Amino acid sequence: MTRTRLQAENVRLGYDERIVVDGLDLDVADESVTVIIGPNGCGKSTLLRGMGRLLRPRAGSVLLDGKRIDKLPTREVARTVGLLPQTPSAPAGLTVGDLVARGRQPHQHWYRQWSAGDEEAVAYALSATGMSSFADRAVDELSGGQRQRAWISMTLAQETSLLLLDEPITYLDLAHQVDVLDLVHRLHTERGTTVVMVLHDLNLAARYADTLVAMHDGRIVSQGTPDEVLTGQLLSDVFGLDAKVVSDPVAGTPLVLPISAHLRDEG
Amino acid sequence: MRAVRDSEAVPGRKHVRVGRLAASFRPRSVLVPVVCLALLVLVAALNIGRGSADIAVLDVLRTLAGGGDHAETGIVFDLRLPRTLAGVLVGAAFGLAGALFQTVARNPLASPDILGITWGAGVGAVSVIVLGGSAGQVSGAVAELGVPLAGLAGGLVTGLLLYALAWRRGLDSYRMVLVGIGLAAIGNNVVYWLLTVGDVDDATRATTWIVGNLAGVGWEAIGPLALALALLVPVTIAGVHTLGGLQFGDDTARGIGIRVDAARGTLLLLAAALAALATAVAGPITFVALATPQIALRLVRCPQPPIAGSMVLGALLTVGADLAVRTVAPGLPVGVLTAILGAPYLIFLFLRTRKEART
Repeated sequence: MTRTRLQAENVRLGYDERIVVDGLDLDVADESVTVIIGPNGCGKSTLLRGMGRLLRPRAGSVLLDGKRIDKLPTREVARTVGLLPQTPSAPAGLTVGDLVARGRQPHQHWYRQWSAGDEEAVAYALSATGMSSFADRAVDELSGGQRQRAWISMTLAQETSLLLLDEPITYLDLAHQVDVLDLVHRLHTERGTTVVMVLHDLNLAARYADTLVAMHDGRIVSQGTPDEVLTGQLLSDVFGLDAKVVSDPVAGTPLVLPISAHLRDEG
Repeated sequence: MRAVRDSEAVPGRKHVRVGRLAASFRPRSVLVPVVCLALLVLVAALNIGRGSADIAVLDVLRTLAGGGDHAETGIVFDLRLPRTLAGVLVGAAFGLAGALFQTVARNPLASPDILGITWGAGVGAVSVIVLGGSAGQVSGAVAELGVPLAGLAGGLVTGLLLYALAWRRGLDSYRMVLVGIGLAAIGNNVVYWLLTVGDVDDATRATTWIVGNLAGVGWEAIGPLALALALLVPVTIAGVHTLGGLQFGDDTARGIGIRVDAARGTLLLLAAALAALATAVAGPITFVALATPQIALRLVRCPQPPIAGSMVLGALLTVGADLAVRTVAPGLPVGVLTAILGAPYLIFLFLRTRKEART
């Protein structure tokens, strides 16, 4: 049986009157990369927000180390679970260094707003993301890829053993997408960080995930290794996509090739 | 044990440690308040020196330090100091309140005068004056404690109303500004109405509650304000660290361990209390709370209103405006000048916000 620190148990999540996720169970395997996939509006981000304590469950519970996460102090959760929202915003003029230093907030007190440990963690977070030389640049002046690395750097400085990333590579070009995912992979292999992320790109998801979780209509429809999950049947059921799944010639992981309508018509 | 050293990871930052206390700062966030403080002492001395018998700046400073002759000591401490000291305290309170509002709302338009807190405090204070009998000239215990307490209550009630009405699954900054403008209009009109029905015969007292005035502030009003500031400012400064995390969106702030709603609510109430107490002493001196945080932010070159900088600059602006008004048009309340400065600034802010919203 795999060990797990973060679990969702029969959880129901939603906004106002709208229930998005209902009766969902998920055990996140420790020290692995779990990627949640699914069509737009299937509740991927909502689930991630629930797991990260940004959304209180209407029913069921999210457990961190066996305790209900919504009963734990916010700071304690922030020292264990780091999260990167889909569209984070920083005030104009904030420098990368100051942004990353903010990641130390849960480790600080009003009377001790800096320590040698903070200095070390910030230096590591900046260098791991290749942002050291950008430390005195304003976040809002960076390119999309650099900005995303700066935000990831901030969550790294938090030094949490779990990391939740909501679509960390959306709006980035392919080279930067690979950059960010390589960084995530390195964190996982070098530091044993447990990562849960929402991705839209199925091929990159298959390449970087240890476990794929496919969601549809607020429920998990399939869960397992990329080979187990990414089948033609699932793509048709979940995404309504007619596709051929072949073996990725570079990584050996599943590669999804959509059979688009104009090809079908000609063939 | 004391050590100031450069941060290696974050360029431009310095760390300071004194025993168990440790903080991280940028040099300009210390330099700007220190320079402004020096200017404030100069402007305050000029303001104290001005009057029916002018006293030179150096003589004022010497007297304040305890080295004045009998006549100078009498004039400075008994007659002139209360007005300037009130300007310093009221300005600092407005500056700090403005900085808190703007950081919590993440909006440069959010300030206690725009959001109606000042007017709510005005309603409280004027109610006591009008309903407390002897129109406009309450004295004794009622004036000393009743007016500031009623102002405080009025400001806090307005703050709670603002929070409750602007709340919708969290605090939306734009909604808060719109609700606040509505509350300000109501409070403003209630003050006018109270002054009419109360038949306040003392014109100076009446104008104080419409535009803000430092003339006629005596020692009896300064005591409660100084005491309240001595309590509220340290509490606020302890919360500044949290303030730094609130500058991000709600999700990010929660992600780094801030109890966003509790922190917002507490800081807004603290800011409302500061603005209300200042208003109870000198009336609604507009523009100070609105502009000082943004001016301080540009001087310090930081992304969010600096606390110390906003306080000192608020005091400097208020005393400076008082001095300017007394020089150019003696007898005019200081609030007239700040209101005149405030109008074009507000238009500039509106235009800039609209431009940013479009791009």
